[in-house]
Amino acid sequence: MTGTPDLLELRDVSVRLGGQRRWLRPSVAPIQAVAAVSLRLRRGEILGLVGESGCGKTTLGRTILGLQRASDGEIRLDGEPVGDLSPKQARKRRKDIHYVHQDAAAALDPWWSIGRILEEGLAIQGLRSAAERRARVDHMLQAVGLEPGTRRRYPHELSGGQLRRVALARILVLRPRLIVLDEPTSGLDMSVQATVLNLLLELRGRFDLTYLFISHDLSVVERLCDRVAIMYLGRVVELAPTARLFARPRHPYTRALLAAVPRLDPHAARLSAAIEGEPPSAGRPPPGCVFSSRCRHAEPECREVMPELQDEAGHAVACRRWRDILPDDRHALAAGACDGPKPARRLGLAQ
Amino acid sequence: MRAVATLSEPTPPEPRPTEPILQVRGLKLSIRTDEGLAAVLDHVDFALAGGHILGIVGESGCGKSTLVRAIVGILPARAMIEAGHIHFLGEDLLGLSEAELNGRVRGRAIGFVPQDPYLALNPVFKVGAQLLEIMRWHAPDRGRKNARRDHRMRLVELLRRVQLPDPEAALERYPHQFSGGQRQRLVIAAALACAPALVIADEPTTAVDVTTQQQILDLIRDLVEEFAFSMLFVTHDLGVVAQLCDDICVIYAGQTVESGPTRDVLAAPNHPYTRALLACHPERSDAFVGIPGVVPSPFRPPPGCRFAPRCTYALAVCPQRMPYLVGGPAGRKVDCVLAEIGAAA
Amino acid sequence: MLMLRKFARDVPAVIGLVIVLFALVVAIFGPWLAPYPGDIVASHLLQRLKPPSAAFPFGTDNLGRDMLSRVILGTRGALEVAVTVVVLAMAIGVPLGLVAGYRAGWLSETIMRVTDVFLALPQLILALALAQLLTPSLESAMLALALTYWPFFTRLVYAETRRLQASLFVDALRGIGASSGRILFAHILPNAISPVIVRATIGMGFTILVAAVLGFLGMGATPPAPDWGLTISESRNYLPSAWWYSTFPGLAILVTVLGFNLLGDGLRDFVDPRLRRSR
Repeated sequence: MTGTPDLLELRDVSVRLGGQRRWLRPSVAPIQAVAAVSLRLRRGEILGLVGESGCGKTTLGRTILGLQRASDGEIRLDGEPVGDLSPKQARKRRKDIHYVHQDAAAALDPWWSIGRILEEGLAIQGLRSAAERRARVDHMLQAVGLEPGTRRRYPHELSGGQLRRVALARILVLRPRLIVLDEPTSGLDMSVQATVLNLLLELRGRFDLTYLFISHDLSVVERLCDRVAIMYLGRVVELAPTARLFARPRHPYTRALLAAVPRLDPHAARLSAAIEGEPPSAGRPPPGCVFSSRCRHAEPECREVMPELQDEAGHAVACRRWRDILPDDRHALAAGACDGPKPARRLGLAQ
Repeated sequence: MRAVATLSEPTPPEPRPTEPILQVRGLKLSIRTDEGLAAVLDHVDFALAGGHILGIVGESGCGKSTLVRAIVGILPARAMIEAGHIHFLGEDLLGLSEAELNGRVRGRAIGFVPQDPYLALNPVFKVGAQLLEIMRWHAPDRGRKNARRDHRMRLVELLRRVQLPDPEAALERYPHQFSGGQRQRLVIAAALACAPALVIADEPTTAVDVTTQQQILDLIRDLVEEFAFSMLFVTHDLGVVAQLCDDICVIYAGQTVESGPTRDVLAAPNHPYTRALLACHPERSDAFVGIPGVVPSPFRPPPGCRFAPRCTYALAVCPQRMPYLVGGPAGRKVDCVLAEIGAAA
Repeated sequence: MLMLRKFARDVPAVIGLVIVLFALVVAIFGPWLAPYPGDIVASHLLQRLKPPSAAFPFGTDNLGRDMLSRVILGTRGALEVAVTVVVLAMAIGVPLGLVAGYRAGWLSETIMRVTDVFLALPQLILALALAQLLTPSLESAMLALALTYWPFFTRLVYAETRRLQASLFVDALRGIGASSGRILFAHILPNAISPVIVRATIGMGFTILVAAVLGFLGMGATPPAPDWGLTISESRNYLPSAWWYSTFPGLAILVTVLGFNLLGDGLRDFVDPRLRRSR
């Protein structure tokens, strides 16, 4: 085998939550949070993981990190298997992987000052010299664009954007190689998002990082990520390079997602794929294809077997009928051509 | 004046009345806190036409939540209204007593849809009981013999209209038994329970998934048509405003900077802040564009135009200029000295 | 600073603080403040049962001892009991609560069930029982009180620890490799300790009251100690004519307990981490 192995590889990873017997207490019914997910993450790339609430993206992120144990499948880091470890051991083996929480404020101890919080990671790793820790922390504060005086402040005194940067700095001092970012822009104003995202790009180049970018915000994912994986009810239903996925989405769910994003130009054509109904509960997924209960194009065969993720020239889809559906929507597309001031060129409507 | 919608059959579409149902004029509000005096709202000025949906757009900290509370009259105790009026159906809401607000206005003439449905629904009571309580409290014919049955029928019909599956059974369930999207519909139904003239929605789709958001926006549009009420829709998402709102009002740091018909404002914004905000939107740029600087703290607000410190077109006169909306064609208004001097920036 | 200003606005809390500080000063400097410090053991039968006057502001007791001095000197004993009992109860209860709350399992269940058993013991009965086993003394009273008080702390800390170990910042700490010990003592403990401090402060007042009751029953301090409860017990034979005999110690108990309660209530708002400022 030539070339360096992928930084991270997941083969058929499944995660079942709940279902254990507990001492003196009733057990909780198990939920299949993640089912048979296979992914490869190359060094230096940004992979977007997109899906709505309950699709399993956060669980998958935590499983990669090691805080959650996978029930099935293999996880390989630099080609070495690191799966099937207790959370404590997993964190040791995967100490190059770190996680940035969605709620940056809640991820910080409210009684600790920022400086102490940032230094703690180094202290845990065994860096004894206080002066050395200070120096590294100051360097990192500056790298994320915060003033050195921030070290004396407390979490509740900082804004949302500043807290995200603190969260980033906290794990950057530990020199990670892979960072799992969980909704890093949620709750931030548009004008502040740009600063955080530009910072992420700059840090990637500077510190040779790889990102797993978990988000439900398609517009951010489109501009930031190299490849995108769409998740629905624990499964990856589409995986492709970003430009291709947004230009020619294949899976009906992906189409529905793209169509649902509110557009600035009200007359802009929408892929006529408005979705109905509620997502089914993860505890009782529909038989066959997990999306069949809400899919407009579902046929009886769709409800029998969950289609595999099939790769075709770098664009993978888990749908039996994607080839049949594609021309359908293009018709609707041509019919509803826009007449707004700017041709709709983003979010899946090129060609 | 306004069409009274009966909930048993939809009103036929009629030409929308054009006089404003809600007018906020020069609202200035401060809140005293332990850390000092926060000048939260400095000059908020807009009008909501009958039957229209007005989008109030602003980023976090611009004061939109405080504005909503001021309209409904649920400000914190240490809030002081320093100037301005809130005219609703001919009365100044700021002049009403708490008893009058509670009896006539809240829930009855003005409905409220909060951001978090859980805030409006009591988790220990069944949903049906809660909604019926709202209707009975505001019903003009309290104590009438068959009132309860009529209310129930109306409620079931209302739940059907907001597309809640199986409304009869839904009445007997508790809030936690519904999904997020369904709870949001319940809360919308609660807001409409007494056929209000105005519904205020405070970021109702911020916490839901994008597909659910689309459903709710479509639903709201249909309901506004059918029940002929006016809506104040507070949000930070420009795309949502473009999809749903007839008019837009942009707020920055407690000051109204621009208002007018949505399509016109988004196509050709006049205020530098509106322009900067639009430039950040993914449909208008490929790169990540932000607005340099930070939102000023309400404890130390800059004088005059609060956007001046971050404005690329700022002139020397801007910190001295008192907020004042300059009228333009087609009902557009801008609070900017550049509009006054007619400079096309 | 923000903290002091906010606290100063809460008038009852300030009153409580003043009372507690005053009691502290009296306890420490008692022998120098009391006009007749020797009156712990002395007796002046010629002066017995004199009503309050210029020479004896609180009157004298049945042995002619100055009541004011005895009340002042009794403060030390009362505060000693309060602090000892509460500190002892916290030393037992807080670590148990931390351990029980951190990880569910048999250890946690065992600790909590033992806690339940101790909670079922009534304080006074246990004190009486212990006094029978050992000789009645202040020490046996303190032991009894501590043994019945620690479960309250355990329950409180258990609930807080359970809540905190599921919180996001603990999750983040595990992510960066923090050991359980570090998480428990450097992070969870400071966050959990706030309600404990409030409880402990109010508990001091309560302990003084119970200790006084024990003294009244003769199960605590022994004569000739200037214990407040004991004094009230001694005064029973001389009521209602020698009203000052029981009134002033009673007032001392009332005011001190009130002070601790008010202070404890005031601390409730005070222990919010958001009041910490970098300046």
